[in-house]
Amino acid sequence: MMTTKPVLLEVSDLRTRFHTPEGTIFAVNGISFRLYEGETVAIVGESGCGKSVSMMSLLKLIPVPPGEIYSGNVKYRGKDILQKPEEEMEQIRGREIGMVFQDPMTSLNPVLTIGRQLTEPLRTHLGMERDMANRRAIELLQMVGISDPERHLQDYPHQFSGGMRQRVMIAMALACAPSLLIADEPTTALDVTIQAQIVELITKMRDMLKMAIIWITHDLGVVAGMADRVIVMYAGYIVEEAAVDDLYDNPSHPYTIALLEALPRVDRRRDSRLKSIAGSPPNLLVEPHGCPFAPRCEFVIERCRVENPALENIAQGHSITCWVDVKTGKPR
Amino acid sequence: MNMIMESTSPNQLVALNMEGLDTPPLTLSQLAWRRFRRHRMAMFGAIVLALLFLYSFGGSLVLSESYANHTDTSLRIMSPSAEHLFGTDSVGRDILARTIYGGQISLLIGLTAVVIETFMGILIGALAGYYGGWIDSLLMRITEAMLNIPEIFLLIVMAKFFGGKIPEIEFIGRTFSGSVIVIVVIIGITSWMYLARIVRAQFLSLKENEFVLAAHATGTSNVQIIFLHILPNSMAPIVVSATLGVANAILAEAYISFLGLGVQPPTATWGNMLDGATNYLESAPWLWFFPGLLILLTVLSINFLGDGLRDALDPRSRAI
Amino acid sequence: MIRYIVNRILQGIPLLFIISIILFVLMMNMGDPIATMGGRSITRSSDRVRLTRQLGLDQPVYVQYLYWLIGNDWAKIDLDGDGIEESNGTRRGILRGDFGTSLVNRGKPVTKVIGERLPNTLLLMVASEIIIILGSLLVGIYSALRQYSILDHTITALSFIGYSMPIFFIALLSMYLFAILFKRWGLPYLPTVGMFDPQVGKTTAQVLWHMVLPVFSISIISFAAYSRYIRSTMLEVMSQDYIRTAKSKGLPRREVVYVHALKNASLPIVTVVGLDLPLLLGGAVVTERIFAWPGMGRLFLDHVSRLDMPVVMGILLLIAVAVIFFQIVTDIVYAWLDPRIRYD
Repeated sequence: MMTTKPVLLEVSDLRTRFHTPEGTIFAVNGISFRLYEGETVAIVGESGCGKSVSMMSLLKLIPVPPGEIYSGNVKYRGKDILQKPEEEMEQIRGREIGMVFQDPMTSLNPVLTIGRQLTEPLRTHLGMERDMANRRAIELLQMVGISDPERHLQDYPHQFSGGMRQRVMIAMALACAPSLLIADEPTTALDVTIQAQIVELITKMRDMLKMAIIWITHDLGVVAGMADRVIVMYAGYIVEEAAVDDLYDNPSHPYTIALLEALPRVDRRRDSRLKSIAGSPPNLLVEPHGCPFAPRCEFVIERCRVENPALENIAQGHSITCWVDVKTGKPR
Repeated sequence: MNMIMESTSPNQLVALNMEGLDTPPLTLSQLAWRRFRRHRMAMFGAIVLALLFLYSFGGSLVLSESYANHTDTSLRIMSPSAEHLFGTDSVGRDILARTIYGGQISLLIGLTAVVIETFMGILIGALAGYYGGWIDSLLMRITEAMLNIPEIFLLIVMAKFFGGKIPEIEFIGRTFSGSVIVIVVIIGITSWMYLARIVRAQFLSLKENEFVLAAHATGTSNVQIIFLHILPNSMAPIVVSATLGVANAILAEAYISFLGLGVQPPTATWGNMLDGATNYLESAPWLWFFPGLLILLTVLSINFLGDGLRDALDPRSRAI
Repeated sequence: MIRYIVNRILQGIPLLFIISIILFVLMMNMGDPIATMGGRSITRSSDRVRLTRQLGLDQPVYVQYLYWLIGNDWAKIDLDGDGIEESNGTRRGILRGDFGTSLVNRGKPVTKVIGERLPNTLLLMVASEIIIILGSLLVGIYSALRQYSILDHTITALSFIGYSMPIFFIALLSMYLFAILFKRWGLPYLPTVGMFDPQVGKTTAQVLWHMVLPVFSISIISFAAYSRYIRSTMLEVMSQDYIRTAKSKGLPRREVVYVHALKNASLPIVTVVGLDLPLLLGGAVVTERIFAWPGMGRLFLDHVSRLDMPVVMGILLLIAVAVIFFQIVTDIVYAWLDPRIRYD
């Protein structure tokens, strides 16, 4: 989808680190990207690559201390929100930007009713009175496919199944019709059949509300179904960014290639071994020096170990951070 | 006399990337020692405790026991001076010397009572946790029953009754009144319940583990399984509990001696030095201040130590 | 929920029986009631035999326990000590409220002896408990929200000191500071003896004024311990996922802490408070002695030293019942507060 739409979110050189007794963890090391209105961007990468921390940093939900967002800016509709005081951030969270988290079992407060948790954003952000908020909450529950919603308002989270809880989470995040939904692995903790339902639900909501979505996942299959663009992260860096079709047709970063290779595929020989990525994930306690993927890269050259490549455009809407051209094996 | 323990909460996000370390793996005890060392309070506690032991046991090399027991009524109730650093008591004895010898008793009582209560706690907890069924029910009912009666009341009653029954004993070159043994035993038999519950919980969870099933399969006897297999794996909470138990025992002895029912004079303990000092509250605060302070320092350093041990050995525990 | 309550109460009953047996065995082995009853030493063996029979001490242990429990006015006992059981007893047993008569206060029913002192101890207990709960909630939450600050570290250090202190040391120190030194310095000072000044009379103001130091001494230890406990509970709750969700909804900080977090943190707090009663009672014994407060603790000490077993047993049983009752109430409150248990 080409971009005559306005820029909703612009992240520049965001860096986040954590100060721990064991040392400093460099979790996010200068990521920059743009998000347009109504766009769906998927962020993929393995556990620990910094995808969740980046999103939490966006909304300044990182605990400080030990965390610290020490560089960069995040412009939402043109204004840098990292500079905003907490009260103003509270107005953006839940209202302009909604979040759905991974584990529906632990993400809902066990001692408050569903109704209470649903109506909170409505009363806080939209100033609704209790009765009106309750009615709206019932509508929201219906919207996310929960039957008999009126009765469920009095229920507690432990009385719901995992899939239903996630639906409630989604209803909560969308209560004030935000412009952006950040979904942090919303289906990972669910059964496969439920996963499909949730993806479908979110897609439907997106189309209805004309929202932008940032979808964090390590599941490339989900990505293919509903993303416009994909960002691949590794060790706190963005290593590749492309439109979804481009990414699958033309993966250009060695890590992306390796990820795609590692997917089990229907069209390969049954007895061929699954390809895994050699080596182990990087030690985030060490300040990055050179390309973080170098120790595991098939295409590594000397320069990779010394100098960290910057994000560069290699085609329309397609950028990577790499010194090597994977098609030829030679430096670009 | 508190057995309330807790821990600070680990920060979730920090748990991020510890697996990715490229350093050689550390053994469990190395890891524990590292964590312990970092715990400044615990190191402080360990040092102060060592100093206190040095004071009580090393001090006897400097000042003799007869000096500590030497009464001279012409010197009674003198405030701290160069010659008597902590002043003198109501019959003219040097308080500093008395705290040294009193400290020996208080500390010894603390340690030996814990030995008894640990032994009983492990025995009962292991049996209840391992065998389950009616044994578990019975033992736990008794445990609960004893927990419901405040320790101090039981101590008072038992101390009153068993008090005068045991003769003097000789130990490490000193003569103690028999009441010391009595106190040690009754503290031991009124404090095992907390540990029994902890040990039982450990056994309940560990006995389902595969290494136990394997031991069964190879024909290991129950006794061996309990003591050679499961018990070594539950040492962490036992060590922490025993450490904190010493503080509890020292306090218990202090309380009961303060009430006049504990260790009987002329054997001094920090606790019984305070009994009777209440009469001199205003006129001679040094009578009660120094023994009280020593008790405080001992218990405080043990608490620091125990806290550090718990963080080092069992960071996720929260036992009550 | 009702089932849970009934269950808990039913569980408490066998517990009480076991406790009563333990206490009875204890009582049987303490002291020599004959010597105490007799007053002067009883030399004639025939007198001893007679008294033994009259007091029912020649009966087997389980019969004695039975009589103690449900009285002997339905059975034939040997009132005149001649070896023949001829009349009905007069005791109704503890289950029917008859705890016997005090050996020290000749003939006075134990219930009356205890009843005179009980309210005084209750006064201290209730006041202490309120201060402990409110104080530690305030301090605990405050330091949890300001983790790692200097204030937090100071509070932690003070808490450690607070719960490492023996209660008599706290009492003596506070007496020395607030009564003696204050008086010396010409400041208004606190009283240290008894419940009221006999020259002024038992007014509310007098009692309150006299309560300050004892309550302070009793409360410090638990207050320190609970502040730390609440702090760590709050910290743990604040790091939970549902707090992250609440923040991401843009809820104001106050609501996140006092509604979302505190409601969850209050569950373990309720449990711990329920376990506190035995410790507070223990503290009362020592404190009442130091401050000459006319309560049950002092009563206990006095009567133990004079081997007045009926009174001692009465107090011990009363305490056991109170502790168990309090625990049941705590469990019920917990079950009611936690929807996962309430709606199941």
